[in-house]
Amino acid sequence: MPGKLKVKIVAGRHLPVMDRASDLTDAFVEVKFGNTTFKTDVYPKSLNPQWNSEWFKFEVDDEDLQDEPLQITVLDHDTYSANDAIGKVYIDIDPLLYSEAATVISGWFPIYDTIHGIRGEINVVVKVDLFNDLNRFRQSSCGVKFFCTTSIPKCYRAVIIHGFVEELVVNEDPEYQWIDRIRTPRASNEARQRLISLMSGELQRKIGLKVLEMRGNAVVGYLQCFDLEGESGLVVRAIGTACTLDKLSSPAAFLPACNSPSKEMKEIPFNEDPNPNTHSSGPSTPLKNQTYSFSPSKSYSRQSSSSDTDLSLTPKTGMGSGSAGKEGGPFKALLRQQTQSALEQREFPFFTLTAFPPGFLVHVGGVVSARSVKLLDRIHNPDEPETRDAWWAEIRQEIKSHAKALGCHAVVGYSESTSICEEVCILSASGTAAVLNPRFLQDGTVEGCLEQRLEENLPAGCGFCHIPYDELNMPFPAHLTYCYNCRKQKVPDVLFTTIDLPTDATVIGKGCLIQARLCRLKKKAQAEANATAISNLLPFMEYEVHTQLMNKLKLKGMNALFGLRIQITVGENMLMGLASATGVYLAALPTPGGIQIAGKTPNDGSYEQHISHMQKKINDTIAKNKELYEINPPEISEEIIGSPIPEPRQRSRLLRSQSESSDEVTELDLSHGKKDAFVLEIDDTDAMEDVHSLLTDVPPPSGFYSCNTEIMPGINNWTSEIQMFTSVRVIRLSSLNLTNQALNKNFNDLCENLLKSLYFKLRSMIPCCLCHVNFTVSLPEDELIQVTVTAVAITFDKNQALQTTKAHVEKSLQRASTDNEELLQFPLELCSDSLPSHPFPPAKEHLESASSNSGIPAAQRAVTVEKTSPMGEGNFRNRSAAPCANSTVGVVKMTPLSFIPGAKITKYLGIINMFFIRETTSLREEGGVSGFLHAFIAEVFAMVRAHVAALGGNAVVSYIMKQCVFMENPNKNQAQCLINVSGDAVVFARESELEVVSTQQPAANCQPACTGGEVTT
Amino acid sequence: MTSELDIFVGNTTLIDEDVYRLWLDGYSVGDAVALRVRSGILEQTGATAAVLQSDTMDHYRTFHMLERLLHAPPKLLHQLIYQIPPSRQALLIERYYAFDEAFVREVLGKKLSKGTKKDLDDISTKTGITLKSCRRQFDNFKRVFKVVEEMRGSLVDNIQQHFLLSDRLARDYAAIVFFANNRFETGKKKLQYLSFGDFAFCAELMIQNWTLGAVDSQVDDMDMDLDKEFLQDLKELKVLVADKDLLDLHKSLVCTALRGKLGVFSEMEANFKNLSRGLVNVATKLTHNKDVRDLFVDLVEKFVEPCRSDHWPLSDVRLFLNQYSASVHSLDGFR
Repeated sequence: MPGKLKVKIVAGRHLPVMDRASDLTDAFVEVKFGNTTFKTDVYPKSLNPQWNSEWFKFEVDDEDLQDEPLQITVLDHDTYSANDAIGKVYIDIDPLLYSEAATVISGWFPIYDTIHGIRGEINVVVKVDLFNDLNRFRQSSCGVKFFCTTSIPKCYRAVIIHGFVEELVVNEDPEYQWIDRIRTPRASNEARQRLISLMSGELQRKIGLKVLEMRGNAVVGYLQCFDLEGESGLVVRAIGTACTLDKLSSPAAFLPACNSPSKEMKEIPFNEDPNPNTHSSGPSTPLKNQTYSFSPSKSYSRQSSSSDTDLSLTPKTGMGSGSAGKEGGPFKALLRQQTQSALEQREFPFFTLTAFPPGFLVHVGGVVSARSVKLLDRIHNPDEPETRDAWWAEIRQEIKSHAKALGCHAVVGYSESTSICEEVCILSASGTAAVLNPRFLQDGTVEGCLEQRLEENLPAGCGFCHIPYDELNMPFPAHLTYCYNCRKQKVPDVLFTTIDLPTDATVIGKGCLIQARLCRLKKKAQAEANATAISNLLPFMEYEVHTQLMNKLKLKGMNALFGLRIQITVGENMLMGLASATGVYLAALPTPGGIQIAGKTPNDGSYEQHISHMQKKINDTIAKNKELYEINPPEISEEIIGSPIPEPRQRSRLLRSQSESSDEVTELDLSHGKKDAFVLEIDDTDAMEDVHSLLTDVPPPSGFYSCNTEIMPGINNWTSEIQMFTSVRVIRLSSLNLTNQALNKNFNDLCENLLKSLYFKLRSMIPCCLCHVNFTVSLPEDELIQVTVTAVAITFDKNQALQTTKAHVEKSLQRASTDNEELLQFPLELCSDSLPSHPFPPAKEHLESASSNSGIPAAQRAVTVEKTSPMGEGNFRNRSAAPCANSTVGVVKMTPLSFIPGAKITKYLGIINMFFIRETTSLREEGGVSGFLHAFIAEVFAMVRAHVAALGGNAVVSYIMKQCVFMENPNKNQAQCLINVSGDAVVFARESELEVVSTQQPAANCQPACTGGEVTT
Repeated sequence: MTSELDIFVGNTTLIDEDVYRLWLDGYSVGDAVALRVRSGILEQTGATAAVLQSDTMDHYRTFHMLERLLHAPPKLLHQLIYQIPPSRQALLIERYYAFDEAFVREVLGKKLSKGTKKDLDDISTKTGITLKSCRRQFDNFKRVFKVVEEMRGSLVDNIQQHFLLSDRLARDYAAIVFFANNRFETGKKKLQYLSFGDFAFCAELMIQNWTLGAVDSQVDDMDMDLDKEFLQDLKELKVLVADKDLLDLHKSLVCTALRGKLGVFSEMEANFKNLSRGLVNVATKLTHNKDVRDLFVDLVEKFVEPCRSDHWPLSDVRLFLNQYSASVHSLDGFR
């Protein structure tokens, strides 16, 4: 009996009128957890009831604490008939279960009804008393922290990165149960919401168990998805990366950084590793003062959890294949060996992270992806979901073998997704094959000389580009050159990855969002035939998407893609492919050649002329883009845009395959010539269209940049103004007999117009960059295409942004090193990793000047930080007094990024994972589909913000809208929408505030970091 | 290819001031788009008409959703659905409750009832303000009226507290509410030359000096209704014109004081009796509701017009009126 949950219902406000006669409401509240229900008294005749209830106490297992949501229902008392429900609030109490996160949930929550939306608010206080009964950690996994962030969260450091964790649970979808025919839509929606909430709780608990078994204490890059399989059920699955994290606030964590006092004085520590973590592993360092949790690799293996995939069929071969170790000398071999052993026993050496601690990523091989088409059948026994598990295991196995073929033993930036239409389901997985530094994978004692060698051998900014595979035995044809940075190792001509741009990468100019868009019609078919048709189409789609990406990349004059995400969506009569990535020019890779157009009928004069006209246009575009993105590599490469090479087309580093065709990878053709000009052959109108479509992509208006990665390469001076948004568009295709071309054009226009609209809407933020632009395509009906975009617009300071890249790199290095100094100066200061603040005042001066500047007592400052948390009345009252723009009072920021520009995350409060259904039977009255969805999304944002505020937070980072399923039936005046969002609730403080706090309380007992937790008012 | 659905939702609600104005002015989406195109925004931003259309629709939808909250501005501050910076909230409210001079002149002093609402299309045609905008403005007047109607305390303060308006706008609303409550006639042709500001000025003085609130600050409706007792007392002014001696004395006092100071002295002297009779008659009749309503008409007819026909400059009018009322205090019975 390890937990006591205590709930207090304080008050309500803005309740709807439930009694028409009096224009008032007699409200009371039911508080339910598990099977126990408590009720408040009825507060008669008021729209702003003050219940001020006693503490309702639930004594529960921690297993239930993890699985169950707290359910609060507000009702209107009716003496003669049944009580009417006003709405509900579900509160996930998981954040209260680990010690460092929130200690209390307290605040105003919107009361939500699936039919009417938000109807007033309720003030609730929730607390948990956990009895630490360590022996009971069998079924529950309280204490394991979850992060959506796909990098090591700020204010933590990774001691060990254990690796991949996955789990899935299945259930029948209440919407498809027989009972649904007799219950109201509201009851059905609520059953679904509750079930999914339960299932996510269960899933999280099970993943937590796996993490504990691996001796980890956290899951980073946690991604949970729902598959609404309709008749055949509901699947909730999650993947993540198990880690052992250490909070940076503990003084011990900094001690290793003190090793060399000389470093404090260094001005430009170019070769120095920019992160304090790595100092701990410097050659001369006395190793580790902390006790690391030791995690023997054995413990990763199998366990008795219910839904595990059975992989006994797949022989466990060592990862690094023999062919891989040939070149690179003894060092590489040694490295490989080390890593190999660390990864060997791992079932899947996958990492959902997209950004890594410095030194973690050694080499990047390229994108690996696998897809498989499956026919859904009813899940007969939900407790044994082995089919779904087997499907995923199959795909992961394939990914693993692709990575192996690239000479890599690990996959980073790994993600999985599905697309379902009727009973056909496409499962997709993709990631980036990579060679990793074993240091983080093991217990941290392997460093020593290896470490030193490693740093010698990997010059800053280009190491990860060097090919991991064997030059003589390449898995696919590619044009290799010596690295343009170090001139020692070989690099490919282009590099595609699914990860974020490594912080130490040297980039020239700025990056930009690159998208490939594609539609393919397919015949309507049933079951097997349908699946076969789709399977047959997939390779062509992949190929074309890839070609498009390549063309567009060349057109931009760039040579690498980061954050690549290819989404294939299946509909009744078509397949859609949408690939998004951020193109950059990596200094280490060769200058990309141009694009050459070759005609097929050379004798036709006008045709010839046309071709040359096109060619000119393309060349102009490339030149323009180079100027636009400030791509001017320091030296002119010897390889000038070459003569046309009559090779049809080239593929490079994207390995792909369908369910059965993984072998296809190796049979890639093309003996590449020495010139890397790229030839487009125009042999029919189709190809002509392709070329045209290449040129139709309009660059963003001046002052705008966009990327789908965390940050934009080449821009570094972000201001604090951010605007997260979601935009949804649905178009109806006009005619039934569409051609592929028309379809492509429609889709292309849809995406382009959407982007244009965004640029227009956000024009007041110029100069600004759209970061983490995330497109999702779905095909809700025959002729409907839905595109959902979530992104964040961040303004930046134009003057500083014009700095050259080199300065940028320099600066970031400097910055990081100053951090160390600052941390040394204030070892007890905050839980912090890097203070991206003043570039370079010697720490002491900095201290003095800061304290003399500000007459504000630290206590007072601390209070202002505190005020940011509950989004209650108090804050709103303060609002009018506070200056709007830079005031954090009462405002909850949301961002898909893992950080908040100009601010520092001081505390993670727990994961936010919410699922909502909204339905209407009066679509027209609610403003049609647009009005309905607009209101719903606004409500979802509001509910997320309210939960974060109640946890004591003031922002959500790594926010993602994972699902937005919209269905309409205008004839019946009905619509329904399901939305699933997640993110990490955090407390952040503006850098300016932090400085004051830290300088004023340089010594003991300064814990402003706990503000969030302390807030109970 | 037709757009079925097209939305944009920001974590911070985007408010475009220009579009807000167009929306408040009651333009349809189509008209608003046309007006925006004419403003040259396409050239400035390089956007297309389709983008503009979508943007306008989106803002209109947002405003439509916010409108419910704008009806009770404190709700806008406390709601959780739309995250709007305080300065923007203030702007939304202030603009929503702003009104057109031309419109307010049409309805000032009219009963804010359904009947008046029906006449709005006439007003719309007459003033060139869209019917939609007329309706919003009318509904605002009516809403404010309903809320503060039976409230204690200062009218301006009440309006400010319940509608979060700026001081200036709250004062204007106080005047509108006051006029509507007392149904002062302002629409007659004779009164057309008067601006809303003129009436608002009068309203403020009347609230300060003629209402219940001027006497006792703890009564319901204190700033809305004229003080009946005060009006009753005005009847006693009749003696100023009824008593021939008193009238002469009053005249001589005024003339002595103003001799040499007034450009229109001779006209004043000649007209004194008429003017005084006019003013006093207006005052003494105020016990009848009908005459209260005609206050401004009567004042113009009985006092303003005679002065104007003699080409009194404003400064002279002011001097005369000051002296006229000051002199009364030295008369028997008024001391």
